[in-house]
Amino acid sequence: MTDYAPLTLHVPEPAVRPGGTPDFSSVGVPRAGSVARPEVNADPESIRDLAYSIIRVLNRDGKAIGPWGGLLSDEELLEGLRHMMILRTFDARMLMAQRQGKTSFYMQHMGEEAVSCAFRKALLPGDMNFPTYRQAGLLIAAGYSLGDMMCQIYSNERDPLKGRQMPVLYSSKEDGFFSLSGNLATQYIQAVGWAMASAIKNDTKIAAAWIGDGATAESDFHAALVFASTYKAPVVLNIVNNQWAISTFQGIARGGSGTFAARGLGFGIPALRVDGNDYLAVHAVAKWAAERARRNLGPTLIEYVTYRVGAHSTSDDPSAYRPKTESDAWPLGDPVIRLKNHLITIGAWSDERHKQAEAEVLDTVITAQKEAESHGTLHAGGKPSVRDMFEDVYAEMPPHLRWQRQQAGV
Amino acid sequence: MPRKTMIEAIRDAMDVMMDRDDNVVVFGEDVGFFGGVFRGTQGLQAKYGKSRCFDTPINESGIVGAAVGMAAYGLRPCVEIQFADYMYPAYDQIVSEAARLRYRSNGQFTCPLVVRMPTGGGISGGQTHSQSPEALFTHVSGLKTVVPSNPSDAKGLLIAAIEDPDPVIFLEPKRLYNGPFDGHHDRPITPWSKHELGEVPNGHYVVPPGKAIVRRQGAALTLLAYGTMVHVGMAAVAETGVDAEIIDLRTLLPLDLETIEASVRKTGRCVIIHEATRTSGFGAELSALVQETCFYHLETPVRRVTGWDTPYPYAQEWDYFPGPARVGRALLETMEQ
Repeated sequence: MTDYAPLTLHVPEPAVRPGGTPDFSSVGVPRAGSVARPEVNADPESIRDLAYSIIRVLNRDGKAIGPWGGLLSDEELLEGLRHMMILRTFDARMLMAQRQGKTSFYMQHMGEEAVSCAFRKALLPGDMNFPTYRQAGLLIAAGYSLGDMMCQIYSNERDPLKGRQMPVLYSSKEDGFFSLSGNLATQYIQAVGWAMASAIKNDTKIAAAWIGDGATAESDFHAALVFASTYKAPVVLNIVNNQWAISTFQGIARGGSGTFAARGLGFGIPALRVDGNDYLAVHAVAKWAAERARRNLGPTLIEYVTYRVGAHSTSDDPSAYRPKTESDAWPLGDPVIRLKNHLITIGAWSDERHKQAEAEVLDTVITAQKEAESHGTLHAGGKPSVRDMFEDVYAEMPPHLRWQRQQAGV
Repeated sequence: MPRKTMIEAIRDAMDVMMDRDDNVVVFGEDVGFFGGVFRGTQGLQAKYGKSRCFDTPINESGIVGAAVGMAAYGLRPCVEIQFADYMYPAYDQIVSEAARLRYRSNGQFTCPLVVRMPTGGGISGGQTHSQSPEALFTHVSGLKTVVPSNPSDAKGLLIAAIEDPDPVIFLEPKRLYNGPFDGHHDRPITPWSKHELGEVPNGHYVVPPGKAIVRRQGAALTLLAYGTMVHVGMAAVAETGVDAEIIDLRTLLPLDLETIEASVRKTGRCVIIHEATRTSGFGAELSALVQETCFYHLETPVRRVTGWDTPYPYAQEWDYFPGPARVGRALLETMEQ
């Protein structure tokens, strides 16, 4: 006989389920400007508190406050706003295209536009991102062709990836955008390897790894942090915490860790949390981490605190697992509106100009879409060749594949 | 010509390639200062520096994942997984990443990567130091799989693998490292220095992947083997007197089907031998191919001699291992049918 009570299993639950009242009281939101900005060569031990706070620049009045602000000119901010507007419009058009059957699948960024758009501006030509499926802003902010993105989504005759990949799994080496896998976390350690290669070759390029809150539970996340820590790889390790991994709330992956950023502390990696819906804060933190990498000071872990407003993909319905009004209650607001309000506050923008810009952006996206659709959509018009299915498995086609291609009649 | 053990030949291949190409880097568990638990990388760190040959954390997925990133950057990593049995955490990186990168990016990114793994049994290693997982790799599109059977081939094949533009799985039968083991575990070891295939040319040379070699000409039967089993097959043939043609496949994928086909058409009989488990083993693929291409030339059913479909045992190793006695019985039975 034992004196102990029977054991029970702890399974974390989100604060609220459908039908309940959204509650984000657990997300402590510090005042904008209240978090210090250490030197990039600060001893990681001395800045451990940054893993538990949230770095913010834009306050509720649209003002940029504190030590992380002031890095971007008005022109750069206007460009950032335009990138986010393009991404949001692009998403809306592609969601509609999916509903119209022009593609089978799409993943939107609603609410998370600032993360990838602002991060991209901290990189230099030659740097390499190892993205997940919700960082198309990296391509848009790099000036990649909207039409090429759409042709990939439509798997048409102009698809740069020849119909081999599901929609949104882009690849563009020229734009520092590594081929998307579709498997989770695998690319995190690859980014570390790429960065190690840059160091081995005494190059100056850096890498950026991307992962979502849910996939931090994968073993490859741990592998990446061990390798990055051991070899002080010039890599920025990004975690986009958008609160939801399909239907699973972030607490299932986070477990007993206070924050996702805090995972870096055990590895001696400087870890920062940042307001992911604040374009200025995202850019400033990305710049700080990139600077560390470029100065050979090693990796930095960044957690972007944000919210996935839409569904995970066109294949799920969030109302089945979270309150419909949850996104309205998200305390960090909308990244596009916040930057717009800031630009109006500093006198660089106006509601009228914003309306006009919205119309221009829509026109740009629709023009690209029409051009892309003239080359086909998933079930109509131009398609990639079946012959292409057999190419690029190897640099040189081995005999068994040549035989199989003949059998396929192509 | 100098004679070398197989592990010396493998080390020599990496040495030659590291000397020729700054982009070749070598790493893995215990690989750096110590030179690997089988000494495959001994001296390379001292010669080429710590940034080109180094120890890694014990994390196979990390080793291969980092190597994929390095290969995408433009390096040519040649990494070691300490035992093929430890490969499984890296399988996702090998299958979903290394093997797919060229295809999914339409050639924008490629993965010239070699994953070396000591494989096979015969060293009292039990289930975690004896496995032969080659069929797990030949089943994956985008990979090449190589299994050398001697020092001379090992060096030329490894050089070819490092120069290959695509990922290559390089399985090293560890029981062959020090001598041409023929399955007679109760006899003294024959060293490579007494074997003609222990002659390893100096410098750079290539044994091209996808080319099998006839180790023994014969008219009665075709014996398909690779790695350690080439030597087991030679012993079985010598002991039974069956005039078998022994083909050492050397590369499982791409496979030299032409050489196999020509031999089976000539002999009309085929026995396939491997250490790995039987069901869905590479022998099943070979058997299907022989049937598809040589059916009307076959006098008897294609026969397989393999490891049993059990985990690799410890104390019963030599009841598990398909040694010369079992192979010999299969040869005689095939001739009597």
